[in-house]
Amino acid sequence: MNNPQLDKHGALQHLLSTEGLPVPILRDILDRTASFVNVAAGSEIKKVPLLHGKSVFNLFFESSTRTRTTFEIAAKRLSADVVNLNIGSSSTSKGETLLDTVDNLCAMHADMFVVRHSSSGAAHLIAQHVAPEVHVINAGDGRHAHPTQALLDMFTIRHYKKEFHNLRVAIVGDILHSRVARSQIHALTTLGVPEVRVIAPKTLLPSHVEKLGVQVYHDMLPGLRDVDVVMMLRLQNERMQGALLPSAQEYFKYYGLTQERLALAKEDAIVMHPGPMNRGVEIDSSVADGPHSVILPQVTFGIAVRMAVMSMLAGNT
Amino acid sequence: MNIQIKNGRLIDPRNKIDAQQDVFIAERRIAAIGKAPQGFVAEQVIDASGLIVMPGLMDVAARLREPGYEYKATLESEMTAAVAGGVTSLSCPPDTDPPLDEPGLVEMLKYRARSLNQARVFPLGALTYGLKGTELTEMIELTEAGCKAFSQADAPLTDTRVLLRAMQYAATFGYRVWLRPQDSFLAKNGVAHDGEVATRLGLPPIPVAAETIALATALQLARETGVKLHICRISSAAAVELIRSAKREGLAVTCDVSMNHVHLTEMDIGFFDANCHLVPPLRSLRDRDALRAGLKDGTIDAICSNHSPVDEDAKQLPFAEAEDGATGLELLLPLVLKWAGQERMPLLDALAQVTINPALLLGQKIGHLAIGAHADICVYDPNSVWKVEPAALRSQGKNTPFNGYEMQGRVRYTLLDGQIVFQQ
Repeated sequence: MNNPQLDKHGALQHLLSTEGLPVPILRDILDRTASFVNVAAGSEIKKVPLLHGKSVFNLFFESSTRTRTTFEIAAKRLSADVVNLNIGSSSTSKGETLLDTVDNLCAMHADMFVVRHSSSGAAHLIAQHVAPEVHVINAGDGRHAHPTQALLDMFTIRHYKKEFHNLRVAIVGDILHSRVARSQIHALTTLGVPEVRVIAPKTLLPSHVEKLGVQVYHDMLPGLRDVDVVMMLRLQNERMQGALLPSAQEYFKYYGLTQERLALAKEDAIVMHPGPMNRGVEIDSSVADGPHSVILPQVTFGIAVRMAVMSMLAGNT
Repeated sequence: MNIQIKNGRLIDPRNKIDAQQDVFIAERRIAAIGKAPQGFVAEQVIDASGLIVMPGLMDVAARLREPGYEYKATLESEMTAAVAGGVTSLSCPPDTDPPLDEPGLVEMLKYRARSLNQARVFPLGALTYGLKGTELTEMIELTEAGCKAFSQADAPLTDTRVLLRAMQYAATFGYRVWLRPQDSFLAKNGVAHDGEVATRLGLPPIPVAAETIALATALQLARETGVKLHICRISSAAAVELIRSAKREGLAVTCDVSMNHVHLTEMDIGFFDANCHLVPPLRSLRDRDALRAGLKDGTIDAICSNHSPVDEDAKQLPFAEAEDGATGLELLLPLVLKWAGQERMPLLDALAQVTINPALLLGQKIGHLAIGAHADICVYDPNSVWKVEPAALRSQGKNTPFNGYEMQGRVRYTLLDGQIVFQQ
């Protein structure tokens, strides 16, 4: 089976998932990100002309503020023309199909699509459909993948920990519904992290999750012991009651990240969260705002990583 | 018209014939096998040298989409596809729009099918009104109109008391109930087998327990009521085992499997191939192997195409949103041959799965070539190799997970009631 993300020369054509990304490409993205961190921070030059004259369409079939904004900023800092489309409130509600929408935008000479959709595989479908000079970046599809989030997480880990091969990483929370978790797991295992743990009650774990190369824990105490990195996941409001979990309170009591629990991890452990956080549900405020937290730097790096991906794709035309 | 099919290798599973024998047809029926009857003058001779002559195939699950879904397929298009695939008899599930829950609808379908004069159509009646799972249909009236059994198709029947009553009522009159076992709560929103692939791709899962729980319920109620139960499209190793032990116990239960599940697994979904969005979902390799073992030891009684033509637009969507189903009538024979080849199974045994076995499930005197039987015949070239190209399929449904597959075995002639209805 061909890797749908790579062109026939093995270069990155689309960014759809961290699964199956070759290590050199992953490392290349992280290296480029480093070079954009300063541009992104706005401390030196505000803009670079790498995407000058290119049109980037943010195609969001599912609402998002943070991800869309960071993509928009990233594209603008690369001098691209950016068009934001909240499709949820326009075409598909008029009956237009996903691919018709894409065809119409291609006719407007789109060079790049940044796609978020509630169905797993939506970005793959678009990538298969568009002309070879058009690039697709998956900004989250269903429960499947959110590769730029995982890449910014990898950059954050490398920034603080330097290497991957000596780390123990725990991912905590709703793995079942999380595209972020899946993308993190693939990126971590590809980059050579020897021990990736997932910690969650059985109702929030997909079946056969161990086949993804992780160790499964249901208890925070052994799960967090001696880890270098704690990656928290957001618990969606609609999951907090009903048949998955009895209540947010009980979840926090057993799976919330508190200072006491974090003390089980290594002394220099970092705490990450893709946002937006539910304080007092999955994470205690004292941890979120505490010395181990790298949650805000993650957001800053998020812009740089998206600049890196976009410039790389544009260079592979 | 008198027809002689000469020099072919005749394979008739029911009559245990696998030999070079000529077939003589007169007055729409088999007049003789081997030697011409006295005074027989052939008006047409089909030279079947190098070809295999077998009873026309019987497919127990082919959706024709009429009435109601003519944009997906029509009786004309699908009957043409059937005979091109050597299928001369088929039964269609009642999930049309409106569902086959009234005698008038069944009569209309039978009439339309008959006037096309291609394959024989044996409709399944709806077990409950509108397939809603609450009120029983008029089974006697529907039977008189031509229904051969009663089914919920893929519609849920969650109320077990209604299911019990439906089985009791059907058992009263000796009608067979066909069920595809699936617990609708466990399968809710699911689109793929609850396994490694669904986990990796983030597709909402359908656990095996959705099948086994509904199957165990159906078997238990069959025990209580004595109804003749047919289980449709089993997909898992655990379901094969439940049916195997029910048969051993002597329960009047039969079952079928779709050709898709004989060949494919969850791995074939690859990167979200919507052609593999099927109902039931493609399961693991272990499940597929168990289905094949079930076919070998007689636990499974028939292979069907589960032909479900879908219009192109409905597949051009993300996996979970794409409509389930695949075309199949034209692929049934080559896929049965492929399976037989892979399992080194004698054709006499393999072809029983698409001829006499399904005919017995419907209680029909078809699916074989004894003297006096309807001359429903398929003549195919076992050496013809071809590639599945959607545009070349006659079915209006062009979607198939076997797109691009190489097939061996191609239908040359199809005869229905002693008349050539297809040749190439």
